[in-house]
Amino acid sequence: MNRRTLLATVTMAATLAFGGAAFAQDKLKACWVYVGPVGDGGWTYQHDQGRLAVIEAFGDKVDASTFQENVPEGADAERVLTQMALSGCKIIFTTSFGYMDATNAVAAKFPDVKFEHATGFKRDYPNVSTYNARFYEGRAVMGTIAGRMTKSNKIGYIGSFPIPEVIQGINASFIHAKKVNPDVTMSVVWAYTWFDPAKEADSAKALIEQGVDVILQHTDSTAPLAEAAKTPGVIGFGQASDMSEYKPSPRVSSIIDNWAPYYVERVGALLDGTYTQKDTWAGIAGGEVQIGEITDAVPAEVKAEAEALAASIAAGTYHPFTGPLNKQDGTPWLADGVVATDADFGGMDFYLEGIVGDIPK
Amino acid sequence: MFGSIDPSLLIASLMVASVPILLAAIGELVVEKAGVLNLGVEGMMIMGAVCGFVTAVETGNPYLGFVGGAVGAAALALIFALLTQYLLTNQVATGLALTLFGLGLSSLIGQGYVGIKPPMTGAVPFGPLADLPFFGRVLFGHDWVVYFSVAVIAAVAYVLKVTRAGLILRAVGESHDAAHALGYKVTRIRVLAILFGGAMAGVGGAYLSLIRVPQWTDGITAGAGWIALAIVVFASWKPWRVLLGAYLFGGITVLQLNLQAAGSGIPVEYLSMAPYLITILVLVVMSSGKGRASLNAPAALGQNFHASR
Repeated sequence: MNRRTLLATVTMAATLAFGGAAFAQDKLKACWVYVGPVGDGGWTYQHDQGRLAVIEAFGDKVDASTFQENVPEGADAERVLTQMALSGCKIIFTTSFGYMDATNAVAAKFPDVKFEHATGFKRDYPNVSTYNARFYEGRAVMGTIAGRMTKSNKIGYIGSFPIPEVIQGINASFIHAKKVNPDVTMSVVWAYTWFDPAKEADSAKALIEQGVDVILQHTDSTAPLAEAAKTPGVIGFGQASDMSEYKPSPRVSSIIDNWAPYYVERVGALLDGTYTQKDTWAGIAGGEVQIGEITDAVPAEVKAEAEALAASIAAGTYHPFTGPLNKQDGTPWLADGVVATDADFGGMDFYLEGIVGDIPK
Repeated sequence: MFGSIDPSLLIASLMVASVPILLAAIGELVVEKAGVLNLGVEGMMIMGAVCGFVTAVETGNPYLGFVGGAVGAAALALIFALLTQYLLTNQVATGLALTLFGLGLSSLIGQGYVGIKPPMTGAVPFGPLADLPFFGRVLFGHDWVVYFSVAVIAAVAYVLKVTRAGLILRAVGESHDAAHALGYKVTRIRVLAILFGGAMAGVGGAYLSLIRVPQWTDGITAGAGWIALAIVVFASWKPWRVLLGAYLFGGITVLQLNLQAAGSGIPVEYLSMAPYLITILVLVVMSSGKGRASLNAPAALGQNFHASR
């Protein structure tokens, strides 16, 4: 190769490279920020499945290849978001409650970039939308199975942080377990983490030692199921993701967060110009909350009962929080036949009647 | 308040919960007895956790996993040994750097291994002994690492107290100049001690990722290495007291979760800080008695040795 052909090759390569870059600019760039690793098998994994669904739905029109794992909630999140906005992301999904302030702070600086914050409630700027799923609907179904399946009449709940979303889950599970099994009691252990397998395993172990034989978890790893697998007769549920590697027992069912329809809808809206700021809170009916396959470890009539409950919630004929319901101290919360409103949920900082223990402040 | 907590279960699970810090602490005790302060225990533990996990998953053999964990952590300890023993770097700074390096490197190695189930390690079959009331559960229902950890304590106690090798190791830690004058290879002995400390920390880390959790995730050790370091001081460099210290810490950790699950009226915040609070408290009490604990520290601890001096 002489010098002339070499130069020609270099020029051609450069043209191709820059041409390619220019072409990439035409694509809509969508980016994701994750609180855990994609391989957590739970929360973050499901968000990443949603991202992959966007790639599948739009192909060449969208560049959804950018995501950042293990981003701490706090100052680091703000740096990551700023970096993404500067690198040409047009829509950024921030997928943990703790990114709320960082999302709004960065959104103020980049009015042309759309921000989508999961499970939050702050929309300080017109370019911030929020989305959430009605996990408590799924919890009601899990609670029904738990109440029917427990032999010791003790069920356990591994809580992450004492925030309304988690307390809704505890209350929904308990009242539905109690409905089918009046003798049931519930122990709650607060792990103070979303993802710490060692701590989650220890919490599950402590619950099992207390005689608990059904474990519900609000933390994201599969460690509690791995711990339950060590003791015959103890069952649990997949959280956020199907966790199907623990089928058919201890994982007898699961509550799956399905973000794909929402992500496809929002990116699609941005593509065709119909995008508006909004607050989305869908549940079983909207497909955001799915009940994972109920395995054969559960008797057929219990399975049918759980599926019927899920169907009635989806159809809107039944609301998991329907009065009469009292607070833990016995004061009335909902009168007979009254259903909880979304405002009630946002401020839920109390246990319902029958749960023992205090919520940490 | 303690009514529904079964003591035999509690003792059995505190023995399991203590294994990682117990192994890491006894390894560090030998290192410090040789006069080397290695603050990189946390980094070596997590390297052991990831290397053990990768080995076990790739070979399908949990026992090889523990060997892999020990080798991986010892390899990291070798870096520390080269830096501090041959290049004479500051031991405190090098140890801290080792922890940071280990945390980052383990995260890199573990990239493709998140969310995988490792091969299971079962309990040692003791046959009818395991069915004994109380003792069956406390003594005969564990996996082999629990027994191994106690055996290591016994072996280290014996070697340090009774054998010539132990005497030489202690001599190196008390006065490396005197040991050198007597013709002992100070640097070589220290390197071997550091490698032993690394291997023990590695087995402790592998116990976390292969048996206790069992799963790989970034930062799985969550500060256990630092607790191990505190327990060596707590034990005033005596092997059997390491066992006591580790079981005390592990016991309170398990007890606080059990108290939560049993629905005691104690606020969760106090329960969560109890293990750390009590460790600090005991450390203060131990070292208050006119410097008794510090008198027991090896005299040459943390000092670099070079034959020319």
